[in-house]
Amino acid sequence: MAGEADTTIEVLPAVSHIPRWLAVSLRFARQRPLGAAGAAIIIIMALAASLADVIAPFDPLKTDYARMFQPPGANHWFGTDAFGRDVLSRIIYGSRTALLVGFSSSFFSATLGAILGVGSAYFGGRTDLITQRLMDVLLSFPLIVLALAVVAILGSGIMNVILAITIPMIPRCALVVRSTALSLRRTPFVDAARALGFGHARIIFRHMLPNVMAPYLIMLTAFQGQAILLEASLSFLGLGVAEPTAAWGLMLRGAAVEFAERAPWMAIFPGVAISLSVFAFNLLGDSLRDALDPKLRVS
Amino acid sequence: MHQYILKRLLLMIPTLLGVAVLVFLMLRVAPGDIVELKYAGTGAFAPKEVLDQERAQLGLDKPLWHQFLSWMWGIVRFDFGNSMWTGRPITYEIWIRLELSLELALMATLVAVLLSIPLGTLAALKQDTWVDYFVRIFSIAGLSIPSFWLGIIIILGFLIFVKWLPPLTFTSFWVDPKANLTQLIWPALAVGYRYSAVATRMTRSAVLEVLREDYIRTARAKGLWERVVLTRHALKNALLPVITVIGLEFAFLIGGLVVTEQVFNLNGIGMLFVESITRRDYTMTQALVLLVSFSFIFVNFIVDLLYAWLDPRIRYQ
Repeated sequence: MAGEADTTIEVLPAVSHIPRWLAVSLRFARQRPLGAAGAAIIIIMALAASLADVIAPFDPLKTDYARMFQPPGANHWFGTDAFGRDVLSRIIYGSRTALLVGFSSSFFSATLGAILGVGSAYFGGRTDLITQRLMDVLLSFPLIVLALAVVAILGSGIMNVILAITIPMIPRCALVVRSTALSLRRTPFVDAARALGFGHARIIFRHMLPNVMAPYLIMLTAFQGQAILLEASLSFLGLGVAEPTAAWGLMLRGAAVEFAERAPWMAIFPGVAISLSVFAFNLLGDSLRDALDPKLRVS
Repeated sequence: MHQYILKRLLLMIPTLLGVAVLVFLMLRVAPGDIVELKYAGTGAFAPKEVLDQERAQLGLDKPLWHQFLSWMWGIVRFDFGNSMWTGRPITYEIWIRLELSLELALMATLVAVLLSIPLGTLAALKQDTWVDYFVRIFSIAGLSIPSFWLGIIIILGFLIFVKWLPPLTFTSFWVDPKANLTQLIWPALAVGYRYSAVATRMTRSAVLEVLREDYIRTARAKGLWERVVLTRHALKNALLPVITVIGLEFAFLIGGLVVTEQVFNLNGIGMLFVESITRRDYTMTQALVLLVSFSFIFVNFIVDLLYAWLDPRIRYQ
């Protein structure tokens, strides 16, 4: 192990002068152009979200009844909505909501799912059986049904939406991680760790979890897209993020449908934003799966 | 085999019981109940006694275990009780909406099958060409475009370009098939496209895998027409995993229905579900969640059986 690490450090600078992470990303981009395109869109989205205060031309919450239903033009590129709010600014600020919900719910669900999956595989026996039964119950709800039920209990609002999306996604990750972890349980290094007298927590967190990173990362990216889509659906139903927060699903609700003929820009642009961002995460997740999981690779 | 079927059916019971307990408790921890919501809607001030009386009428004053047990006892006798909001029997409320949702689900599945199998096969045959890339992008896009937005865009397209809208009131297929189809084909397309995405990918990889099998080489070596090799030898074997995926993606279908019915203003199960959740109609929400979970588990069970029936190599213990 130590020797291997030494050679990598010695050899790499000699071969090229670019940093390692850059070399890896460049190779990924060359081999998987679709994945790289996805990553590029995500980077643009993240920039838009973090620089929203600077780049948004208008205040996304400012209503102006003199400028209702303005068609796209020089002043308002994507037009204005039923309250005279600038659609472009609301889309830019909406990327904050989408990324916040997408990132936090996929991070929490994938992480909790991974811990549950590894723990379930490690302890085996009755613990495994009970966890699996519980997961079965949670899995027999379609994603949106469980999310709707959770929102119904907690009420709408951004934090509750994150929780509502996290809960139904946990078992989906736990299932995948568990199947990987099952094969890890009987490997010599886990036996060795046990023989050295390490505690359960240390074996799970230090020895097993790092070895399920591939499915974890795949889940993490795949969940992002799903979470953004789910948030948009909940907000569209009026059970997600509440007005006047800028959120893409919310922008498609109500007036956007009622006045679709008169002001089609209200219905078109937010939907494009949702589709494009979910598309980007799906492209990246797909390429990541091909790159990280050799078992799924079809030559 | 019979034993396996019986075992699987019996295993459904604890899962469904778990679902029932979970949804029952979840709804009751929620702050605010239907009685408060009803009176808040009217705007009138209601004294506490009136609220309590209303609660007693709905059986909400009883202890939780009592409520749960009487609900369970009802289900055993196929009596789901009355909707707390409308007061009508739940079986009736579901029944009048079932035809619409069931037909929509079937049509969307049909759209998905008709899209995914030809496209997936085509992508596999033209692997690594622009056709393959196009199909890949098309299917990932299907996973990314929200079906409710696709629905809005379809309606918008009609409004702007042909000044026509699909009929807004539901007519049964048996009464007027043409009116029925012109109304339901559009939501079916919006949901079916999304539904087809994963199945397309699955068809592609299954066909690719099968095409490398020895019996395909043998069939080609015999001098069979490529078309016969494809349909008789390759597709027949590649369809197994595809069927599984279509079954497993049933959840997508339900999710799609819940949201898309709103866009097309279809008074189906999905709309009933969203309505009863916002109204905190406990009995209705419970019954619907149980119904959806049951059909979800049941479809997966049927898919498993279909799998064993189609592939004699698979026999369950």
